[in-house]
Amino acid sequence: MSAVVVDQSKNGGTPTSDDLARAAAIKRMERREGWKRRLPVLPALIYTILVTQIPFLFTLFYSLTDWRIDKVEPRQFIGVENYASLSGDKFFRDAAWISVQMTVMAVLLSLIVGTGLAILLDRKFFGQGFIRTLLITPFLVMPVVAGLMWKLQMFNSTFGIIGWVMNGLGFDSIEFATKYPLASVVVVLVWQWSPFMMLIVLAGLQGQDQSVLEAARVDGASSWGTFRQITLPQLRPFLELGTLLGAIYLIQVYDHIEVIVGGQPGAKNLPFYIAQRSIGGGNVFGLASAYSIVVVIASIIIANIGLRVLSNLLEDNS
Amino acid sequence: MAIFTRAPKAEPILGQNRAVAMVLGVLTWIIGLLFFFPLFWLVVNGFKEESVASSSPTLNFDPTLDRFSEVTEDSGGLLSFTEAFGNSFWIVLISTVLVMVLAIPAAYALAIRPMRKWRDILFFFISTKFLPIVGIIMPIWIIARDLDLLGTRTVLVVLYTAMNLPLAVWMLRSFFAEVPKELIEASQIDGCSLLGQIRQVILPIVAPGVAATALLCVIFAWNEFFFAIQLNPTGASTIPVWVNSQQKFQGQFLAGLSAASVLATLPVVLAGWVAQKRMIRGLAMGAIK
Repeated sequence: MSAVVVDQSKNGGTPTSDDLARAAAIKRMERREGWKRRLPVLPALIYTILVTQIPFLFTLFYSLTDWRIDKVEPRQFIGVENYASLSGDKFFRDAAWISVQMTVMAVLLSLIVGTGLAILLDRKFFGQGFIRTLLITPFLVMPVVAGLMWKLQMFNSTFGIIGWVMNGLGFDSIEFATKYPLASVVVVLVWQWSPFMMLIVLAGLQGQDQSVLEAARVDGASSWGTFRQITLPQLRPFLELGTLLGAIYLIQVYDHIEVIVGGQPGAKNLPFYIAQRSIGGGNVFGLASAYSIVVVIASIIIANIGLRVLSNLLEDNS
Repeated sequence: MAIFTRAPKAEPILGQNRAVAMVLGVLTWIIGLLFFFPLFWLVVNGFKEESVASSSPTLNFDPTLDRFSEVTEDSGGLLSFTEAFGNSFWIVLISTVLVMVLAIPAAYALAIRPMRKWRDILFFFISTKFLPIVGIIMPIWIIARDLDLLGTRTVLVVLYTAMNLPLAVWMLRSFFAEVPKELIEASQIDGCSLLGQIRQVILPIVAPGVAATALLCVIFAWNEFFFAIQLNPTGASTIPVWVNSQQKFQGQFLAGLSAASVLATLPVVLAGWVAQKRMIRGLAMGAIK
């Protein structure tokens, strides 16, 4: 663009046909340049659209049909009937409510625990690196292993550690995972995700502007006051990022539920219920697709709020 | 900005008093060890006899390697350890290479030669992570079935690539954005070709970031269970499915399962320990920078 402006000023501001042709040529070049710049993004973009967006359109279509994969009858277009039946579907409502509870509890608790751990780690002490490494490890563990491990060797009433400790304290041991399925799953999720939150908050703590902290100290601010008035506002973007990323993953939890509670009621969230009702043997693909679309819409609403937050972050920094 | 290696810490949040510092240090140790305890116990159980593992918890036992050799033996079942390990290895390797091949040019373009509306494109990538997998699992299952891909490694390679691609673009962009613009301009003035510029100027700077991103992709792909069990529960499946199959419906199996879990978890845990600092920096900076 700037090249065009320079050309015009040379001729006293009145563009000749020569200039116009030149400007058009430059524009063409810029457009070609634009495509050249976009080209490297295209393979990744096309791949992502093909594998994620196209199937989504299929789901949208299925959700308007009465399709059952176990019947030979051709699928019929039934409009929004599947959606209309949702409000009376007790199992769907239960699963939705479990989803909300599970995601909110797991995100909040791991954020709180993670922030606490980050604050403890953000100071010099003997073995700091070693303890940080230990604390990170739960996040690296395969969800299936984490679920099985907690269910069998921690929660189990006969050979689990929790029961053993409770016996030692004079209580009866209970079958934790059967009695409190939702709490059991949340405990394991928090154990796995607190380290993740901790690392994000730690990045925030260690990236703080040291001169501001120094100034606060010189001014005689207490450490709690400094934390509340200086550190916490600086941490906000990191806490928001942790919440967002945590929510993206935790809303989709499947593995933990599969291995800890399996088909039992009490901790089936929407992803688990949908899988069960469709490819897991339920076979009502049309209805299950409608469930999926509701989940997607709910996620998009949450995501939009989240993306707006992220977008503000990018704006602030550029 | 090397956030983890910043040398002198000016001010910890909690008090400066030495006694307080001591108590907090000990507290951190206790919490750290408690957090790690379930994994420690997993390893311990892996070295027990089945009957010892399936009774009241104890540390008083003769350690044995038998469980490790038992679970890795070809059981004649649907999926042996060697098969699962081989499948996981190839699926993870190929999908991660694919992710990198697709994501590096995209990240380069988004960070170094940003086009118009680059933010929208970046947001599109990350927004696909908001699409719950259940929203697409049915069509994927049907398409895979119709293409005869159910129960193959190919279907998992395709899906894991799509699963990790947004995150990789997101992280790599932040690493590419750290290459000083002056360096790139200088190399252009020196008449460096695009390829030379990438090889000699950009790659050396972003190489650690690329490695960290690749590692995160490896971890997510290695640990993935949902697609593997839904689309590929049989002989071509992966390590998580194999671990899950070590649960027996009768008899004692905790020690064997623990040994299997240790084998399944170890590669990724070791990799994560090595790359912990860079991985999270990429995640955090991807959003902040």
